[in-house]
Amino acid sequence: MNVIVCVKQIPDPALPGELDPSTNTLKRDGKLILDESDSYGVEMALQLVNTAGEGSVTLVSMAPNDEVSGLRTALAMGAEKAVLVSDPALAGADALTTAKVLAGAIGRAGDYDLIIAGTESSDGYTGTVPEQMAEVLGLPSVGFAKTITVDGGTVKVDRQTEAGYDEVTCTLPAVVSVTAGVVEPRYPSFKGIMAAKSKPVDTVTAADLGIEAVSWAQQITSVDDAPAREAGEVIEDDGETFNKIVEFLDGLKVI
Amino acid sequence: MTLNNIWVFAQADGDTASTATLELLSKANTLGGSVTAFVAGSAGGAAAAFADHGAAKIYETGDLAGALPGPAVSSAMQAVINGGDAPDVIMFPQNYEGRDVMARLSVKLDRTVLTNSTDITVDGDSVTVQTPIFGGSKLVNSTFTGERPFLAAFRPKSFEAAGGAGAAGEIVAAAAGELGATGGATVTAVHVEETSGPKLDEAAVVVGGGRGLGDAEKYEMIETLAKLLKGAPGASRAIVDAGWVPYSYQVGQTGKVVKPTVYIAAGISGATQHMVGMKGSKNIIAINKDKEAPIFGVADLGIVGDVHKVLPQLIAALEARG
Repeated sequence: MNVIVCVKQIPDPALPGELDPSTNTLKRDGKLILDESDSYGVEMALQLVNTAGEGSVTLVSMAPNDEVSGLRTALAMGAEKAVLVSDPALAGADALTTAKVLAGAIGRAGDYDLIIAGTESSDGYTGTVPEQMAEVLGLPSVGFAKTITVDGGTVKVDRQTEAGYDEVTCTLPAVVSVTAGVVEPRYPSFKGIMAAKSKPVDTVTAADLGIEAVSWAQQITSVDDAPAREAGEVIEDDGETFNKIVEFLDGLKVI
Repeated sequence: MTLNNIWVFAQADGDTASTATLELLSKANTLGGSVTAFVAGSAGGAAAAFADHGAAKIYETGDLAGALPGPAVSSAMQAVINGGDAPDVIMFPQNYEGRDVMARLSVKLDRTVLTNSTDITVDGDSVTVQTPIFGGSKLVNSTFTGERPFLAAFRPKSFEAAGGAGAAGEIVAAAAGELGATGGATVTAVHVEETSGPKLDEAAVVVGGGRGLGDAEKYEMIETLAKLLKGAPGASRAIVDAGWVPYSYQVGQTGKVVKPTVYIAAGISGATQHMVGMKGSKNIIAINKDKEAPIFGVADLGIVGDVHKVLPQLIAALEARG
């Protein structure tokens, strides 16, 4: 059971985001970390390999400046190796280009039964890359997985829906995107962190993947400040402020 | 060349048209071209509503027999486009099926996608969509620069649904081609999680609970308060991820967008992810013990206090009113 997990390394979401004034795209030149929403996919992949009793987890990522901090975190959790695509030509790439690049990187990652990705990243959140990647690779896909069970040549997935969830059966190989909260990601152990330092990361450019001309058909033309919502009254609770809420609701005629 | 032909990926639950579809059709109908609804499965009784909101034509793929719509609907769309009826823009709702179909089609046609948008404007040949970022504090305007059709996905409640268009709604079959391996996913069972009371995205009052509640049992206060106000309980991503409540309760970027008359945020700090889903509420009440919490920046009434004290008092006061 070989599983490939697509992971994104993003600016720390705890810090305020900033746009590059010349391109209006998100600044990614500082230190990047593993997108927390990808840690669920890594955990799920490790559990699937463990259940199968054989195979390994390989990471695939695209990031500027040969960034590996986030990859090291996922390697410390237990992934075996990684393919990193790092190329200045890919700065600001759209989701379609990203999907083509990741599909190319998957081609270098060796044999696989299953590809796991997060449903959307925590910084760009376009939310189409897993499905686009599946189409590039000619594979079926199931998005928004809550659970994944592999059974011979098929995978069974509980997929979230607006109303609840669907049980889906899918042939392998396949792309499955997972939501946050589906499993409890493990903390890397000290031993894992030490071992991760020497695990192989194959760093390549777009050209190495046979992707020569890179362009995308969208352009940010301007960025506006949204009309600010005025803050209203803020009061410290003195044990009586619930009356204020009742009055407020009364004024709106919702009670 | 302005916009002559606009498609909307259309959805229905049985014979009821989805609200998101009607919103997109209504907006498409103001952009000055002919409007087409493209339905996964069959439009059935929803066809009349599609036409009433502007659809002159309705393409139907026919029964998908349990297949997930992404590969099948994108294949059917590609076949129609190759057959000569090529749209200038295809509008998708930002939901599970919408983005799956859009993603597959973007690869088939080699077109970029713009998602999470809340507005679309046409200026001569140029088509621009607007997307809120950083919790809705900035609005990014992005213009399509390549070949048509342009593919864009819009958040629910970005536009008002307006009936009375009286379009023809002519139904045309549009079958998917051979899907090969991409058609390997099949739905074998459907589970509906029953909720009582109004739907989260339709309720006039929404009470949202967050991490500040402390533990999962305390969420009961949120449900009690929502029930007293004939509203719906909601949640921040933090407590959904923690497993306190199901995903269907989530308000925010990856959850539901709500615009109720009143949103009560209890123990929610106001992370970007959450604000995007509730900032459009007509009135916002926030209760949080941290007076620096970003939620107070958007609240009409902010109470700096402990939810464990204020909520029980509020519940008791409302119960006393009967």
